[in-house]
Amino acid sequence: MGTAVFYLVAVVGVVSALAAISHKNPVVNVLSLVVTLFCIAVSYALLGAEFLAAAQILVYAGAILVLFLFVVMLLGAPEEPPAGERRPFQRVAGLALAGIAAAGSIAVLAGIRAAAPAGAVRGTAEALGRLLVGPYLFAFEFISVLLLAALVGALMLVKRKH
Amino acid sequence: MTVPTTHFVIFAALLFAIGAAGVLVRRSGISILLGIELMLNAANLALVAFGRQHGQLDAQVFVFFVMAVAAAEVAVGLALLVAIFRKQRSIDVDRLNVMRW
Repeated sequence: MGTAVFYLVAVVGVVSALAAISHKNPVVNVLSLVVTLFCIAVSYALLGAEFLAAAQILVYAGAILVLFLFVVMLLGAPEEPPAGERRPFQRVAGLALAGIAAAGSIAVLAGIRAAAPAGAVRGTAEALGRLLVGPYLFAFEFISVLLLAALVGALMLVKRKH
Repeated sequence: MTVPTTHFVIFAALLFAIGAAGVLVRRSGISILLGIELMLNAANLALVAFGRQHGQLDAQVFVFFVMAVAAAEVAVGLALLVAIFRKQRSIDVDRLNVMRW
């Protein structure tokens, strides 16, 4: 059951990721990426990371991609201009490099032989919370400072000068 | 009957390569940010998969932090895009050549 779900989710995730980077319309790009991120959330759930699966949907689909959609709408959904012949080399080189990265990493990862079967972890909210306010308390508090700095920085960047 | 860790990390590697292709090929600033998001998520997935392999929860805490940093990154990146669009009336990164000597 879990195996079939994973392969379905992997295929859907890769196809929608391809749509997210290749379609010309930015709204379609953002919405395809939502599908990919949902597929990743299902993968988290299959890996036993229950809290992260919920956080993935809340943070990414609920906040980050809505922000993307807002900006796309705000800028009037600017279609990418037709790929002029200004950079004919760039597209080929970029695709070739990404293909080499994919082939190389898959060749390496497929060669891994696990010494032991995967352990069973359950990333419930309680277990993660105990880690967050235990050994990772400083990092957890520092993240809030980082988010505040990003908030102030984003406000300063878009503030109109008078 | 669990899915082997290798299959999860190969899925993550494919998503990472697709995101990298998006960053390298697209010229719209929004598409480049989307590619970065895809790469961050692929790295997160690999982290969770390897964490399960080792039976440790720490990887999931790191993924939580990466999500928070990604949220901050997107907020600043999109604010930069809006500021650039106001100045240039375009988010085509090929036209951002004011720092070229």
